[in-house]
Amino acid sequence: MSRLKDEKVPDKSHSQEDSVIGQVEIIISNILRFGVLLSAAVILVGLLWLIITHHSGYGQDLFGNVARIIAFRDGGAGQFPTALGEVLGGVLALKPYSIIALGLLLLILTPVIRVATSVLAFLYERDYLYVGITLFVLAVLVFGFIMGKGGE
Amino acid sequence: MSVSVFLTVNFLSSVVAGIIGALLGLGGGIIVVPVLTLFLGVNIHYAIGASIVSVIATSSGAAAAYVRDRITNVRIGMLLEMATTTGAISGAFLAGFISPKWLYVIFAVMLGYSALAMFQKRHQELPVGVVTDRFTEKFRLDGSYYDVALKKQVDYRTTGVAYAFPMMYVAGVLSGLLGIGSGLFKVLGMDIIMRLPMKVSTATSNFMIGVTAAASAGLYFMRGDIHPFIAAPVALGILLGAHLGTRVMSRIKSVTLRMIFLPVLLISALQMLFKGMGW
Repeated sequence: MSRLKDEKVPDKSHSQEDSVIGQVEIIISNILRFGVLLSAAVILVGLLWLIITHHSGYGQDLFGNVARIIAFRDGGAGQFPTALGEVLGGVLALKPYSIIALGLLLLILTPVIRVATSVLAFLYERDYLYVGITLFVLAVLVFGFIMGKGGE
Repeated sequence: MSVSVFLTVNFLSSVVAGIIGALLGLGGGIIVVPVLTLFLGVNIHYAIGASIVSVIATSSGAAAAYVRDRITNVRIGMLLEMATTTGAISGAFLAGFISPKWLYVIFAVMLGYSALAMFQKRHQELPVGVVTDRFTEKFRLDGSYYDVALKKQVDYRTTGVAYAFPMMYVAGVLSGLLGIGSGLFKVLGMDIIMRLPMKVSTATSNFMIGVTAAASAGLYFMRGDIHPFIAAPVALGILLGAHLGTRVMSRIKSVTLRMIFLPVLLISALQMLFKGMGW
């Protein structure tokens, strides 16, 4: 906060607003950092486990057939988990691909959780205009997920 | 190609993509997709799935630092996300009805024009003489951040939200329809229409792109386009790169940032033109 020392003297309402938005920013920044570090750690564990065991946990052996793995899209069926239940089941069975997929899901969820937390942060600061704006964004995101699910 | 070569090349190129993405407010797909498909022989569907992951990783990785340092304008980001997320979903709906051919050409022209507008501002470190219009004022978007490179607190004003909002909707449609990074358009909208400082534009774009991408990432995951073996090194590399990128960004001047942004803009405009013309 000492950075603000040289600033032109702000009027009272402005400085009040500054402290309010400052609070929201700290919460958002912490949520993002937590999500990023957690997902990176899970992905790293899964990747190391894959490298150590040389096996994906889904019938794919890593030796000598990288091109076979990456060049063809076989609908993904059975090669790696594509649903939440499969991912969690695979993690319990210590399958490397499932651990990586869990980390990727956590990464994908981070922005969504960031938006959801922002609703609460703005609510806490009684900034109702931005509570409404953020709720709208959250609703669109949820709609997108539902639509995605229904589309398949 | 051995496992270790694949993982190393994938990881290192993702670090570079993360640095550039964090600097310019883009998702890094511009680098990730060509490297995966052209150099490593990855299937295009898996490459696009990995690039969605890269957008989210760049966004969250970079925004954690930019939001804390107040370079990101959270309110602007939240407000414009209304337009980008709605646009992304509209784009997904429209995908079956519109031929992307002409869209590529139109967007190429738009990017080319923007490149010109940005070139004219190439010596401008901070915007001057911005007057907040009455509609924009309602949303209390003016901000302030400490610029490490300039060693001073920068207070800035915001204008033209009424015009930037539809442009953000278009940027969202673009990402939903063509699956390409709409970060460029977000930065341009904030730079040219809202006349924000360049660093605020790129940092706020960074903040927004993750949410736009998350809107469609679930679909890609369930469809089986996000391959763990391919996406894992991308995610880790991007996160490391984005972290490094944020440290670089605070230390360089906005004019330097523009000089990095301009060629990327031109290359993207040409890429789109080529795609649209079917060359």
